[in-house]
Amino acid sequence: MKSFNLFISILVLTGLSVTSLFIGVSDVTLSSILSDAEMRYIFIVSRVPRTIALLLAGSALSVAGLIMQILTQNRFIEPSIAGTTQSAGLGLLLVMILAPATVSIFVKMIFASLFALLGTALFMLILRKIILKSALIVPIVGIMLGSVISAITVFLAMYFDLLQSLWAWIYGGDFSGILQGRYELLWLVGLLTLFSYWVADNFTVASMGREFAINVGLNHRKVMTMGLSVIALTTGIVIVVVGLLPFVGLIIPNLISLKMGDNIRKTIPYVCLSGAGLVLLCDMIGRVIIRPYEIPASTILGVIGAIIFLYLLIKQAGYAKH
Amino acid sequence: MIVIDKIKKCYDDTVILDNITTTIPRGGITSIIGPNGAGKSTLLSIIGRLLKADTGTINVSGLDVVTTKSDILAKQLSILRQENQFNSRLTVEELVGFGRYPYTRGRLTAQDDEKISQSLSFLNLLELRHRYLDELSGGQRQRAYVAMVLCQDTDYVLLDEPLNNLDMKHAVAMMKQLRLAADDLGKTIILVIHDINFASTYSDYILAMKKGALCYQGGPKEIMRADVLQDIFDTPVRIREIDGQLIAMYFR
Repeated sequence: MKSFNLFISILVLTGLSVTSLFIGVSDVTLSSILSDAEMRYIFIVSRVPRTIALLLAGSALSVAGLIMQILTQNRFIEPSIAGTTQSAGLGLLLVMILAPATVSIFVKMIFASLFALLGTALFMLILRKIILKSALIVPIVGIMLGSVISAITVFLAMYFDLLQSLWAWIYGGDFSGILQGRYELLWLVGLLTLFSYWVADNFTVASMGREFAINVGLNHRKVMTMGLSVIALTTGIVIVVVGLLPFVGLIIPNLISLKMGDNIRKTIPYVCLSGAGLVLLCDMIGRVIIRPYEIPASTILGVIGAIIFLYLLIKQAGYAKH
Repeated sequence: MIVIDKIKKCYDDTVILDNITTTIPRGGITSIIGPNGAGKSTLLSIIGRLLKADTGTINVSGLDVVTTKSDILAKQLSILRQENQFNSRLTVEELVGFGRYPYTRGRLTAQDDEKISQSLSFLNLLELRHRYLDELSGGQRQRAYVAMVLCQDTDYVLLDEPLNNLDMKHAVAMMKQLRLAADDLGKTIILVIHDINFASTYSDYILAMKKGALCYQGGPKEIMRADVLQDIFDTPVRIREIDGQLIAMYFR
């Protein structure tokens, strides 16, 4: 039954991916790829990279959200709520201010990830100081921290007249600019996701809380470091290559947890497949809804994500308390 | 053998544990009793390295609990605290399986599956093995936690109020199983326990604490005396011998 579920999920995602390859402004079809050199070029340079980028970003962000929910022991948190994404944005802005315009995307990624790491560590530090951790306090603290960091970022961007480029970079969440040669960093987040799968049992034990973790001899600090690194690098890379993608890290882990529980090694494959599927679907909707123009995937994701999140909140009011 | 040497613990100005020095023998069941706020749970947590003492050392079969690596200690000693809440949705079987974590790092072998099944049947949980923890009653969950700790298969098992949430039938069953674990599997079981009569009827050794200090220790015969219990609990107690067991009467 379980392998059947996995098989169906993979089949659906493959179907979506293939469809994604043939949706867009240019009329790329199977026969035109074979006969028309220009269509073949569009297919290889744009459609394939875009689809791969969607799959990688969607799955990695879902896993990053899952890990963050585990490390904070809170279901209503994800990198874009905890100040992680905002910190990555600040890092990115500082690169724009300090470094010449020709600086490589790799340097941008390093800065964004480093700041994401610092911001998340700060968030965890604040959480440790708070004694009363109700289910809602944790995300509220994250939102406040994120707002403060955003405010600093926006202020600096205005001061240096970079507001527009910042907006384009960070709040784009847009896959239309994904081309061959400009998305390959995302393979790194794929590796991070594989790594998370490899150490999944550590995360499950960590999710049972400090005392259980110590009892079975888990090195809590090591797991914390691993988790924060995965979250920070994933967020940093995705924001540099694609931009902000809201909700996916929040709703996917929750939906999967509801259906299949929290044995992370068992659920990570499904978290990946569904996260990739959701982002892919949103991008495809964005591509067809106002053809020949496009709506960024992040906008569609915001709408669909908010609806699913509301559904989760209303339907499962009691569940997050456990 | 657990050697406790000059353990001190304070929170701000309040002394929780004041210079505790004692030895807990190997094998059998040792119960820690005493009134609320005596420091029983704190002492148990320090032995189980969940809390750090301000001063003093604890050795569990020769291993210092502070300096020994946590994953090595996890094969010698397991501890279950009183309040256990986490929001992970795991099935009973998955939870118990994580008792094998010190040995397997999560990758279970056929041998581990065998151990898991043993623990489950030991606590009569086989029928519930595929249920999620959040679907269980408080008592069932408590049994699942104990099953996990037993599945860890350590020589020393520390349990803080294991009878919490258990009704009469399950409390007796739990104590019988712990007795069995001590007698047949050779475990050393250390309990913090509230019910003085359970302590009397099932323990080999009793440590009595009051206001952060160890005030009495010995076998049930030495502790289950009216004058001793009155001193510990500060309330009138009579002792009756029923079927060879010493029972404290303190209800009215």
